[in-house]
Amino acid sequence: MNNPEHVFDDRTPGVEEHEPTASYLSYTVGLGLAIIATIASFIVAQTNLLWPPGIPVGLIVLALAQIGVHLVFFLHLGSGPDSTNNILALAFGVLVVFLVIAGSVWIIANLNSNMIMPMPTQ
Amino acid sequence: MTIAATLDRPLIGVPTELARGRGGGGPAPKRIVVAYGFWIFILSDMIMFSALFAAYAVLSGNTAGGPTGADLFNLRNVFIETMCLLLSSYTCGIGVLSAERGRPTLFLVFAIFTFALGAAFLFIEATEFAGMVAKGAGPSRSAFLSSFFTLVGTHGVHVASGLVALVYLVAQVIVHGLQPAVLRRLLCWSLFWHALDIVWVGVFTLVYLMGGQL
Repeated sequence: MNNPEHVFDDRTPGVEEHEPTASYLSYTVGLGLAIIATIASFIVAQTNLLWPPGIPVGLIVLALAQIGVHLVFFLHLGSGPDSTNNILALAFGVLVVFLVIAGSVWIIANLNSNMIMPMPTQ
Repeated sequence: MTIAATLDRPLIGVPTELARGRGGGGPAPKRIVVAYGFWIFILSDMIMFSALFAAYAVLSGNTAGGPTGADLFNLRNVFIETMCLLLSSYTCGIGVLSAERGRPTLFLVFAIFTFALGAAFLFIEATEFAGMVAKGAGPSRSAFLSSFFTLVGTHGVHVASGLVALVYLVAQVIVHGLQPAVLRRLLCWSLFWHALDIVWVGVFTLVYLMGGQL
């Protein structure tokens, strides 16, 4: 059992290395920022701190900020060469997610506004 | 000393043609290759969630005379759920990092925290669901509630399967030790757990905070 590689039949491509992916500090910074964004979201939703018609926009901005914090500090998507493939895949994923959500909402809202309501019978 | 040997860690600012996995700097680390494959899976899972989000966005106004989100949601509980999931994401990241640094005991401690926080999240969610069904606001009441239970329930099922996977991985760490293959599985599991937290950010923003208002 001196060489642990023999226990599993390890055919994963690439070279083995033991380099930690991140630091305790980056997780802690990420946690702090995420908690701030979460509390801000709940405050914005339940008070009139923002101009009331702008609350949904504020909530979306805070959610996107928090997702960004999660991606950078928890999932370690950075500007290094190890992240470029992941970021390209993420960009495609975001495109598909946007098409599915925005396309569905757009089409259904359009159908809804064009729907002929049945005439009330006298 | 070759260029590849000097690049023993991914430096920011390395010319792309000299980075590993791109022809010039030697093969990419296994950790990067495996995590990339798992990242593709996570993105496909996100695309599935996006369809459920779209369905909820379309149907959330169709309450069929039944209760609306503002009648049903308890934002205090949602805040506690959110904090449970966020803290379990944090302990998961710290735990996997401890495992990568060769500290199995610390990993086990943080794995227990992660499991407990995830289970607390699921418990609050299940209580909320049971209370809604008891009030006659089950998934069959209206299109709004159907899409609500589908979206939030699918996320809950993901969390539950993540907890099962965590138990399985803890067993692997205990039986096999912190071997490279086990460490890579832990890394993939932590990506999954963090991704669930990202989905939850969308859920609490769109469903609970914006739905409680409209």
